[in-house]
This record gives sequence, C-alpha cells and structure tokens, in this order.
Amino acid sequence: MDEYRYDHQTVKGFIVSSIFWGVVGILIGLWISIQMWHPAANIQPYFTFGRLRVVHTNGLAFGLGVGAIFGIFYYITMRLCRRPLLFPRLARFHLYLFNAAIALAALSLLAGYTQSLEYAELEWPLDIGVVILWMIFAINIFGTIFSRREEQMYISLWYIIATVIAVAILYIINNLSIPAGLLKSYHLFAGVNSANVQWWYGHNAVGFVFTTPILAMFYYFLPKSTGLPIYSHRLSIIAFWSLVFAYLWTGAHHLVYTPLPDWIQTVGIVFTMFLIAPSWGSVVNGYYTVGQDWERAKNNYLTKFFILGITFYGLQTVQGPTQGLRIVSQLIHYTDWVPGHVHMGTMGWVTMTVAASVYYIIPKIYNTEIHSVKVANIHFWLVLIGQLIFSITMWITGIQQGALQKAVNPDGSLKYTMVEIIAKNYPYWEMRTVGGIIFTIGMLFFIYNIYMTIRKGKALQQA
Amino acid sequence: MAGLHETLHKRPIIFALLATATVLAGTIVTMLYPMLRPEMHPRLENLKPYTALQLAGRDIYQREGCFYCHTQTVRPLKTEVLRYGEYSKAGEFAYDHPFLWGSKRTGPDLARIGGKYPDAWHYRHMENPRAFFKESNMPSYAFLKERKLNPEEVERHMNALGFPYTREEIEALKDKTEMDAIVAYLQVIGTAVKKKEVQVEAKVVEEINPLSGKPEAIKKGKEIYEKNCEICHGDDGKGGIGPTLRDNVWLGKEGEISDGKLFSIIADGTQAGMPPFGTQIDKEGIWSLVSYIRTLQEKK
Repeated sequence: MDEYRYDHQTVKGFIVSSIFWGVVGILIGLWISIQMWHPAANIQPYFTFGRLRVVHTNGLAFGLGVGAIFGIFYYITMRLCRRPLLFPRLARFHLYLFNAAIALAALSLLAGYTQSLEYAELEWPLDIGVVILWMIFAINIFGTIFSRREEQMYISLWYIIATVIAVAILYIINNLSIPAGLLKSYHLFAGVNSANVQWWYGHNAVGFVFTTPILAMFYYFLPKSTGLPIYSHRLSIIAFWSLVFAYLWTGAHHLVYTPLPDWIQTVGIVFTMFLIAPSWGSVVNGYYTVGQDWERAKNNYLTKFFILGITFYGLQTVQGPTQGLRIVSQLIHYTDWVPGHVHMGTMGWVTMTVAASVYYIIPKIYNTEIHSVKVANIHFWLVLIGQLIFSITMWITGIQQGALQKAVNPDGSLKYTMVEIIAKNYPYWEMRTVGGIIFTIGMLFFIYNIYMTIRKGKALQQA
Repeated sequence: MAGLHETLHKRPIIFALLATATVLAGTIVTMLYPMLRPEMHPRLENLKPYTALQLAGRDIYQREGCFYCHTQTVRPLKTEVLRYGEYSKAGEFAYDHPFLWGSKRTGPDLARIGGKYPDAWHYRHMENPRAFFKESNMPSYAFLKERKLNPEEVERHMNALGFPYTREEIEALKDKTEMDAIVAYLQVIGTAVKKKEVQVEAKVVEEINPLSGKPEAIKKGKEIYEKNCEICHGDDGKGGIGPTLRDNVWLGKEGEISDGKLFSIIADGTQAGMPPFGTQIDKEGIWSLVSYIRTLQEKK
C-alpha cells in the first residue's frame, strides 16, 4: 500500500525508461560520430547523418533528460512535500504516455518528419502530445505542492516550479506553426523573426532542461548524500532569481553576425556575460557545502560525481559566455568547437549529476545499498575520461577549422578550400569516436550497477 | 531580502506568478517586442516566393536535415565574403518558414549556392559527392532520383504558405523527381542579392603569362587543375559538365584567347555557370593553371 502511495514504481519506471532511451541516444551518437569520418556508415534513406543526428539530440534531451527529470522530480517533490503525489494514477499514466511519445518521436524523426527547429523538431501532432505530458506533470507537481505537509518550499522546488513555467512558455510559442498536412507544418514565423524565436527557445531549452532541473537535483541530492546542509541559503536565493531572470535574454548569442538586428545580438551577449554570476553562485555554494566537512563528504562515493558535475557546470558557464563574444564567435561559431562545448555540459554536468541522483534513489527505494561502489567508481572514471577526450578533441579541431577558414595568401586570396579543411578533420573526428566509446563503456558499468541493485532489492522484498 | 523570501516560499502561487513575470521580462524585450518592429520583417524588392518545385525542394532539404551540416548565412567577415560571396541580408529570408541558417558548418555555407554551378554539377554531386571531392564526408543522395514528387502534397504546402502558383506548374510536378526539386531549390538560394564582384589583387592582370611554358609552373598547374577543375572539365581537359579545354572554342566562340582573358575567366568565372576561383587560388597559381591549360590545347 505504502509502496503505491509513495509511487516508487512510477519513479523507478521513469528512471529505467530514461536509461533505456539514454542507451538508444548514446548508441546513435556513436553511429553518427562514425559517419563523420566514414561516410559509408550512412544508410539511405532513413539512417543518414541528417536524420540520425536529430534522433540523437532529441533522444538524449527528451528521452534521457526529461524522462529522468520527470521521475526524479516526482521523487524529490514527494519528499520535500512530505506526502505522496496528489494523483498517483495520473503519474503512472504519465509514464506510459511518455514512453509512447518518445517512441513515436524517434520513428517520426527517422521518417523525416521535422520542423527543422533545433530541439523543437517534432511535428505538430507530437508537439501536442508533449504539451499534454508536461500538463499532466504540472498538475501533479503543483497539486502536490499545494497540498504539501511541509510549510517551507526547499530550493529544489523553486527550480522545479520555474522549470515547468518556462518550458510551457517556450515550447508552446516556438512550436506555433501553420499545419500543411498530418505530419507537416511550417513555422508561423519567417526569416529573421523565425530565427530569433527559435534561438530564444533553443538556448532556454538548454536553460530549462539541462540547467534548472539538474540544479534542483544537485541542491537536493548533494546534501542528502553527504549529510551536509547547503552552505548559503541567501546565495541560493540570489542565484535562483538572477539565473531565471537572465536566461531568457540570451538566445541571440546563437545568432552573432547573422542578419538579426545588432541590438538584439548585443543585448544577448551582455546578458550571457552576466549569466556567469548566478551560475557560479551555485558552483560556489556547492564547493562550500562540501567544504564544511570535507573529511565526511569525501567518504561518500557520490560526492565526486556531484562536485565534478558542478565543476563542469562552472566551466561550461564560463566557456559558453566567452563563445558569445563577437571576437570569439567569429572564430569558433559553426565549427566543431560547439559540439565540444555542448558535450562537456551534457556528458560532464547533466549525465554525471543524473547518474549520481539515480545511484542515490534506487537503493533508497528498495531500502538497500548500491550493488558495488567499486563499479560506480569505474563508471565515474570512464565517463570522465571519455568526455574529456571528446570535448578537448573537438575544441582543438574547432579552432583549427576556424583558423583555416580565415587563412589567406599574401595577395589576399583564401589559402584553403573547404574540402582541404574537411580533410584535416578526420583524425580528430576519429578520436571523438574513441572518446565516445570510452564514455559508453562507462555508462554500461552504470547500467549494470543499477540493474544489480534493483535485482538485489527485489530479492529483499520477496524475502 | 531573505525575510521576504521566507514568506515567498511558503506561498507557491505567489512564487509561481513571480517566477512567470521574471521569465517573461527577457521574453518580452528580446523576442515579443522585436516581433512588433518592421526591422524583423524586411523583404528585398526582388525577392520572390518559392515556386512549387522550389518549395518541394526546400521540403526535402528540411526532411533530410541538410541544415545540420550546411549553414545558410554568410557573416559580414572578410574571409567569409571572399569564400562565399556577399554577406546575408535580413530581407532575403521573408519567405523562409522556418529560417534554415543552421548552426554548424561541416560542409560549406550554402547562402550563395544559387547559380554558382550549373544544374548538372548538382545532380552529379548529390548522387555521389566523393566522385567530385575524394575527401568529402557528405552522404550520397542518389535515392532522390528514384522518387517522384506528389503534386497534391506540394499544392497543399503552397496553399498553407499562401504562395502563388499556376495549375500548369502543379501538373508539371508529376514528371519531376525529388532530385529535380532539391536542385531547383539549391539554385534559387540567395539569388535575390546581386553577386559580389571578386575583390582580390589577382584581378589586376598582365596580358602575357609570366610563367608561360615553365616546367615547374606546368607541374603546379596540373596539381591545381586536378584539385579544382577536373570535376567539370574532365581528365586532361577532355570536358564533362564544363566544356573541353582542348579545342579552340572559348565562351562559345572559336578563336585564339589571350593569356590575360583566360586568367580572368578563371579568376572571375563566367555567366555560363563557371564559379570564380580568384578567391581560392592565388595569382601565381592561376598563371600556372594557364600554363598547364596551354599544354592541353597542344594535345588535341
């Protein structure tokens, strides 16, 4: 009875589903990384780079990312509100609908049904499905918060509330379109305006899927794992409001040097620079939290996941704003530097923090311990090394691409043709696949560890 | 302030409303407000809506995810204008639902691809990119040749966007393949803006080739030829997409051609569809190429 009331099954269902979609997304990532240096790995028409890339990004952002967010937020919300979810059956339905939506999304993208808006590729019928998914989630989360048995809302709940609100506004506006068939539509906005709406959305998809929800997890699970309270409540308040405020101004840094009016670009760049402050507010808060009693914190195997995770978040939020600056943008924009940047965030910060949260939750659900701390440590080192190889390789090749495209002869003519520049990328693209393979092996250790823990937990329950 | 917040996070509704207002501030200033301004809706005078065939091509461009590897915006930077042509103008994209500027340039930018090469170049390149560029990593799109367009579907799309079309135009689509459509689209991209004059020093040119007949120059010219020219003019200039270089016909007319004239054809391109190479090959390189081409003429 208590089992169902506290909805462990739904939480676990979301976590297992998100891991499943994560595996699919990561394997497709490996595949497209191979296509970059081995074009014969394209299988026309469904498995070309142009169709698989979007399944990779959507599969991981929405399958792994949002799936984990739904499940882990249900877990956190129940505990911070000291009560079960208001509508447990609705949450279970949510889980089924989520998996159906992701499966249909993947198939429709492979079939080439796309709006061609990055991170908003899904065609309009699926968009409606996504909105319903988030509405169900919002009803349950807000309902549970309104009927909570704990007076104070903890930091993580602030981030959850902001995430739900921002995602609703962003997703609905950017997906406004002119339907032209059952699975075809055209963006309601055109040209420069279309670009501005899309990147207002696109950057905040990063902000409210890869940042605020993950911070909610960080603020909850770091103190839970280490037994140490968040260092500064005041700092977390300032960081929260300034982050949520500033993020929405920054989309235009994706459009530097495009025909978008200069003033919008400049406003975007300025707020992007400002964003370093609230980001580092959370980083510093994390460091000082474990600094309160490092001897104690370092004995927990999850501490290194959280601290490395927040460190990559810190690096990400300095590197990102730097890229927005015109002088840097002109060199690295449109190059492989950018995937290097993105993957530090997703492989370093998001996956690290989500994995650590899952390591915390699964044994709690079964009232047991993790199967093997040693396996978790191997997982940690492999994903760390894999991610570093990936990102650093891409930064080097990105700078090279930018520099070669700018190189000129003494008479002012261009020094390299595009094909000559592409030819120089191959060793780096191959190296990225190596980094990806190491990361994937690390994730397999993680999955094995979770699987064994669930098995152990089930045996305990039956005993 | 912490005191205020103590109250605030006991009250989820007020908290949510405040969070909404906070999120809306940047949304309004950088997204909604610009949308109300004319500068976000410019249109060049000679920009035309897509024809049915071009729109069908654009749909395929979207479906195949071309924009994940090709951008469609030339930045106002010196080398970018040299490489691709005139930088992108806001008024070029009025009919683009959505914009397809992209975010990554694995392959070249396509904002000025329209009219750069003859149609035949695109057909062959789309079919097998590596036949042209050994080191290209672009997938082959040969299957587009096998697929017929669906005129009703294209008409529905034209209606959705409110683009004008004629009955004949729609009917003509039933004999067209997806390859015809994508080439038609590629050929119209960026054509509302006049081509940029080539602006390199190499333009100022002597009438006589200073490297004429020099063996090193011929050797270097051959290398440059194989990298840049062979795709269209064939092995040793025997012809292909472009005309043969072994005869004495130049720009459709028979007769001798001066070194200087040959130089400027290479540097500036032609109306017939040859792209300019003056930004890609330096002056010495072009003269070497002229030296090499002269040896081909002797071969005939």
